[in-house]
Amino acid sequence: MSTVSLVLRAGIRDLARSRWLLAYAAGFWAVTEALFLFGGTGPQVVLSLLNAMLLVVPLVALVFGTAHVHASREFTELLLAQPLSRRAVFLGLYLGLALPMTGAFLAGIGLPLLLHGAAADAPRLALALLAVAGALLTLAFAAVAMVIAHGVDDRLRAMARAIGVWFALTIAYDGAIIAAVSAFGDWPLERPMLVAMLGNPVDLARVLVLTALDATALLGYTGALFRRLLGTALGPAVALVALTAWAAVPVLLARRRFLRRDF
Amino acid sequence: MVAVRRVMLGLAVLAAAGELAAQGAPPARTLLVRPGSALPTLAAAVAQATPGSTIRVAAGRYREPTVVVTVPRLTIVGEEGAEFDGEGAHEVLVVRADAVTVRGLTFRNTGVSQMQDRAALRVAEARDCRVESNTFRDALFAIYLQRTTGCVVRDNDIRAAGADETSNGNGIHLWYSPGTRVEGNTIRGQRDGIYFEFSDGSVATANVSEGNRRYGLHFMFSDSCRYERNTFRANGAGVAVMYSKHVVMDGNGFLDATGSGAYGLLLKEITDGALLRNRFVGNSVGLFLEGASRLDIRDNDFRRNGWAVRLMADAEDSRFRGNIFSGNAFDVATNSRALRSDFVGNWWDAYRGYDLDRDGTGDVPFRPVRLFALVAERHPETLLLLRAPVTAVLDAAERVFPVLTPQVADERPLMRAPR
Repeated sequence: MSTVSLVLRAGIRDLARSRWLLAYAAGFWAVTEALFLFGGTGPQVVLSLLNAMLLVVPLVALVFGTAHVHASREFTELLLAQPLSRRAVFLGLYLGLALPMTGAFLAGIGLPLLLHGAAADAPRLALALLAVAGALLTLAFAAVAMVIAHGVDDRLRAMARAIGVWFALTIAYDGAIIAAVSAFGDWPLERPMLVAMLGNPVDLARVLVLTALDATALLGYTGALFRRLLGTALGPAVALVALTAWAAVPVLLARRRFLRRDF
Repeated sequence: MVAVRRVMLGLAVLAAAGELAAQGAPPARTLLVRPGSALPTLAAAVAQATPGSTIRVAAGRYREPTVVVTVPRLTIVGEEGAEFDGEGAHEVLVVRADAVTVRGLTFRNTGVSQMQDRAALRVAEARDCRVESNTFRDALFAIYLQRTTGCVVRDNDIRAAGADETSNGNGIHLWYSPGTRVEGNTIRGQRDGIYFEFSDGSVATANVSEGNRRYGLHFMFSDSCRYERNTFRANGAGVAVMYSKHVVMDGNGFLDATGSGAYGLLLKEITDGALLRNRFVGNSVGLFLEGASRLDIRDNDFRRNGWAVRLMADAEDSRFRGNIFSGNAFDVATNSRALRSDFVGNWWDAYRGYDLDRDGTGDVPFRPVRLFALVAERHPETLLLLRAPVTAVLDAAERVFPVLTPQVADERPLMRAPR
């Protein structure tokens, strides 16, 4: 049995015992369930779910991920004392963190949907994109959490940094965009705006789901480039590719940091 | 003797016929057009028809030059399968007489012309025509009424496959045709589904106009018209009603008009009209008001639009009452700091107030213009931040310190949806 799968299975066993992860899945379950019970029509349920997902998934992945890396430090050191390849150990540790979290997220939103007969009036494409976007966000932010945790040994400072990254990407980034657009409103900003969206996985995930769900307002904008991107399958495709890249790049960064780190 | 008598009799009959002709009342007849019979074409039948006659058209495909009807009170009825083909080159039927009825015919293939408004069925300078239960396929213009009065266009099925606005005409076209009733027609794929110009006092009821290249209904300079229970769906630019007074729009559906130039309903220079019980669903802009004033906008549903209502600065003194705003990205947007329209007693899904005195209306006013709507109005690029958490932060800040958004508020927002 390869090292990766050994470490991975150990990680999954470890996380499966964690009540945090269970609470995370249960939380999403409760939110989804409540939305279906009280939230009204399908599109509005997906919209509310999107808002919850955009805030909660990065936060939990960052905070939980950072805490987990610190908590399993002894286990990591024990592994590294064995004659095992560091790369394999890293991959096992990363997947051991990211996969159970992704699974918890998908179970949290997926099971209620299945139980409710996949919600007759819910837009299925938007739901599928929501699930994919949430999974990719989890993969990306679990990797970011590893980058942070392996860079900062102090638990409290690492946690603060994780929350700082979360705030920067979910709120401050978009706030800065609005400020910049207001300041440079006289220039053509269509392209810079699209590039700015590519620079933030949270924005990418949001736009990706909106193209399938709530495009009526987006299609009202006159920009030709916007319309070409948002009115066709090209936009969602680009967003999906960029989001996948966003899941991959932090993993490479985390790997580099892990390989170079002196434990 | 016998011969003389015969001649006398013949003369008498001739004289009698002459007298009848002079009085203008020859006997009404029923004529049957059938391929291969004595009357193989509609033109031949029309030539023999007298006022009040009925022409029945048997099944078959008729290819003949444009037929012009000048006989009043003529009724032309098609049997199942009676088809007229414009051969891609000409109009099919032109009516220039009063009180003519055309029923149950199929018109096809007028071809495209850039020189004339070529119509499958044209009624010109006539009164009281009836155009009922006909089928139109790939006509440039299907039914064209010019300078008619009191006509009825009912239950026609119109469909075209023109690729763009220039190779495509209007489904039902009214030009200087007051008092027309347009009822129960279905129009798909034309340029404008229904077109009213200079046609006061007309009524459009229960028509379905969808997937037309430009407007589902294009309406100008036609005062005191009503349209009720029509469905306008997925038309390229939605519906436009312009330059008219006292227009009543009741119970219509304005659905799925998406795009940067598309409006569920665009009102331009409309005064003293009423919008009652209409549904605006899934449009980029549900209701757009420009220079529209003194409108009574009551009991409409605005659901899942990008912008439910966009009011331009020159829209004045309109009153919004009992409307439902639900699931719209923006409920109300405007390009002005001061909004001179009233919102009273509407239901807003974004309302978060309370009702301590239990009178069914909220105790805190609702401000429907979000700060983010204002930002997006000024810098449309920021639309890409739609539904981002930061926009909620902006709106919350603005609710606490309202300084930027126009001071428009619903002082008595409903606590429960009225419908």
